Amino acid sequence: MDQHYPLFYVFHFYLFGVIALASAIAFVTRKSPVAAALWLVNTMFSLAALFVMLDAQFIGVMQVLVYAGAIMVVFLFVVMLLNLGHPSELADARGKGWKFAAGLVGLGLLSEIMVIARSKLPEQLIVPRDFNEQQLQKLNAVGAIAQPLFKDYLLAFELTSVLLLVAIAGAVVLGRGRAAGAR
Amino acid sequence: MLAESLALTAALFIIGVMGVLIHRNAIIIFMCVELMLTAVNLTFVAFSRLYGPAGQVFVIFVMTVSAAEAAVGLAIIIAIYRHRQTVNLKDINLLRG
Repeated sequence: MDQHYPLFYVFHFYLFGVIALASAIAFVTRKSPVAAALWLVNTMFSLAALFVMLDAQFIGVMQVLVYAGAIMVVFLFVVMLLNLGHPSELADARGKGWKFAAGLVGLGLLSEIMVIARSKLPEQLIVPRDFNEQQLQKLNAVGAIAQPLFKDYLLAFELTSVLLLVAIAGAVVLGRGRAAGAR
Repeated sequence: MLAESLALTAALFIIGVMGVLIHRNAIIIFMCVELMLTAVNLTFVAFSRLYGPAGQVFVIFVMTVSAAEAAVGLAIIIAIYRHRQTVNLKDINLLRG
């Protein structure tokens, strides 16, 4: 893991990391859902840049398409449908006690992660160094993911389609409302 | 870049958790959950450099699950809004005795 990265790479990695972090903080402190959603889109974009820098080009594309493109648009649609854009009636962040409790939970999780970070990684899982680059060159960005997805994880992939079907059915049934269901 | 990615993941995940605890607007809480899921994706991608491309496959699964979760969750929010005209979790206490 002691590879040497060029300064250009390191600089941009930190740049996008800081943008992601700052947008995430701006996101949780907003009270209007529209502003929060736009800050979250900013976070998703900079995370997509980080994915590309970490040799996961396809995941970066999916991040932009699925998260920033589809999921956040659905969120904004719901905000628009329910007419929730006025910050006055939404200025309902919880009180002091909850904020304090949230801070405590955050500190607890942080210390837990610190403890886990000190433990050793299981050796038998480690693949040879630059395994991913070899796969990328051999199979290109999509093939390197498609191969394990459709070979080793085929069952999980098929089960995902069932999950999506259930989600579609659930969304339709919930969205139809009581009056239509009674008919 | 593994250590930096993991630190960023931890920070983003904790921000998401704190957002869930602080906010009362159901839609913003949903967005916080999405932020937490994306933070975990960053861990998967960072480790997939070490352990091979299986991590990236799992990111695709996580994305699918979060898309399904967003669809169902937002449908539930719309159904609740239809009944109570609010998405403030303080006013949604049907199950409270």
